[in-house]
Amino acid sequence: MARFIARRLLLAVVTLLLILFIVFALTRVFPSDPAKQLAGPFASEERVAALEENLGLDDPLITQFGRLLWGAVTFNFGESFSQPGVQVLDLIRPALWNSAKLVALALVLTLPISILGGIWAAYKRDTAIDRSIVSFGLASASIPDFVSGVFLQFLIGVQLGWLPSISNPPADAGFFTEIRYILLPALAILFVYFGYIARITRAGAITAFDSDYTRTAFMKGLSVPEVIRRHVMKNALQPTVAVTGTQMGYMFGGLVGLELVFNYPGLGRLIFQAATAPDFPLLQAGVVSVAIIFMLATLSADLIIAWMNPRARLS
Amino acid sequence: MTSIDDFEQPRSDPEEDLHEPIDLEPPAVPQSAAPALDRKSVKAEQRRELMRSPSFLIGMFIVILWLLCSLIPDVIARYPELDPVRVDGTVIARQSPSADAWFGTDGTGRDVYSRVVYGADNVLINAPAAAFLAVALGAILGLIMGYYRGWVDEILSRVIEAVLSLPVILLAIMVLVVFGASRIAIILTIAGLFTPVVTRTVRAAVQTEAQLDYVAAAKLRGESGPFIMLREILPNITNVLVVEFTVRVGYAIFTVATLAFLGLGADDVTVADWGTDISQTYGLIVSGQWWPSIFPALAIALLVIGVNLIADSLDKVYKG
Repeated sequence: MARFIARRLLLAVVTLLLILFIVFALTRVFPSDPAKQLAGPFASEERVAALEENLGLDDPLITQFGRLLWGAVTFNFGESFSQPGVQVLDLIRPALWNSAKLVALALVLTLPISILGGIWAAYKRDTAIDRSIVSFGLASASIPDFVSGVFLQFLIGVQLGWLPSISNPPADAGFFTEIRYILLPALAILFVYFGYIARITRAGAITAFDSDYTRTAFMKGLSVPEVIRRHVMKNALQPTVAVTGTQMGYMFGGLVGLELVFNYPGLGRLIFQAATAPDFPLLQAGVVSVAIIFMLATLSADLIIAWMNPRARLS
Repeated sequence: MTSIDDFEQPRSDPEEDLHEPIDLEPPAVPQSAAPALDRKSVKAEQRRELMRSPSFLIGMFIVILWLLCSLIPDVIARYPELDPVRVDGTVIARQSPSADAWFGTDGTGRDVYSRVVYGADNVLINAPAAAFLAVALGAILGLIMGYYRGWVDEILSRVIEAVLSLPVILLAIMVLVVFGASRIAIILTIAGLFTPVVTRTVRAAVQTEAQLDYVAAAKLRGESGPFIMLREILPNITNVLVVEFTVRVGYAIFTVATLAFLGLGADDVTVADWGTDISQTYGLIVSGQWWPSIFPALAIALLVIGVNLIADSLDKVYKG
């Protein structure tokens, strides 16, 4: 088990290095000149040069890449370009926390509903129930998150008026008030991921339902919920866990459109703003955060699967 | 006293453990007499099955509807793309859906229905073009990596893993901010970002094929690597490529629309585009003006559903 974790961590470090390189290559070929942009259109040459030196933009590329690497190791990316004097970390932290809250609520809604839907579809395989769960899932999963968000905002937020249509809870909001404010974007995430996770679970559950141990369990007289709980779940959910892990990066950093629709200050929106500003340190820190989240999520998923399935531990 | 060992059953004969199934009713017709299905008749059967599949037909209907919109928008739209709707000479702006403007009018009085019709071609050009390029590139890389393996495969696999660990939309934003949101840039960016995932799928399929006898036979005949990849393996993975293409078109629409919504959809924002139009009007939903954003949103949703119905039915038919 220790070797398994060590190997996974080593691979994660290699992947992270490659990501840092990609991000560096992309941010360094930006055609715009951030120093000039920050100094303003009428700034003197000397002022721009001074700023450039100040920001470290005139250092050799290898030095700049070294600084990015060191920043990723110590998780200290220095000051923001677009908001001088503000540490990048102080901008990332609240956005990360906001995204974490949204993702947590979305998972609490999505996982049970999708898993039950997938197992139900597998149990009622090839019936109308199965087909409607699969088709609905297919349709909802392929619609962009911001489109689902716009529909929900219009229907539930504005027409029915059940939930706030903009996710800006007051500063002193309690736990439940805050949930009310981020429920609509979380529902949009449920909409996007229900189909995906239900389909994966359905496939796993069908394999489990077809297996000999499940047949034995039915034949020895266990009830359906009992069989599902004791025999189907553990085997059917392994692909579900794996898929959920791989989607965490997207949930934290990819829901840019959805966060814009609900005006929610999450990580995706912050990275988008950093890219358009352009604010290199903020952009690099944001992307590295998403990559680290992805690494940790896939690693935890692998560990959960190893715990669920002893055979996975050995390979 | 008896020890536990005494209770151990004598090991049975290993031959018995094999549980050879006993064929009580051997088939009346010998296997060899079954008609050999050649590739042509399999294809014909698959086509017939597709034509019977309701999800394929509905999907085709939806996609053809939008294709018509992009091919002959002047016939289907009621007003020009850019001009405001005038009733008795006065511009009607911010009108809710009515007989004059079925989907209402936007802030400058343009007909939302006509904008939706004109907006079809942007997505219908960019998404399939990007998906096609991604599948072509992914097929080449996947064939090479899956057939030759070795250190090139090892390194490229790491790179693919790194790219796949970041959300496509974030990478697309970064690239398009650098190169500008021209049509070529959008198509190439999405194609480039979809290539890794296509490569991974093709590589896996090629690896499975490469273990089959026909590949070994070709190697023994002394065929070259490129010949085996292109003439032996490629024809056997076309189904994988077709399904991959339709699935990627769906995701490409997703990505094209999202980028347009983020202001990275086109150089000119007055040209009708579903994502761009939503980005300019979604802020009005809260104040009750829903029609300029909800109708383009429905258009996106309908098109992706159509494409995915096709992708899913193709997948089902090919996997049999």
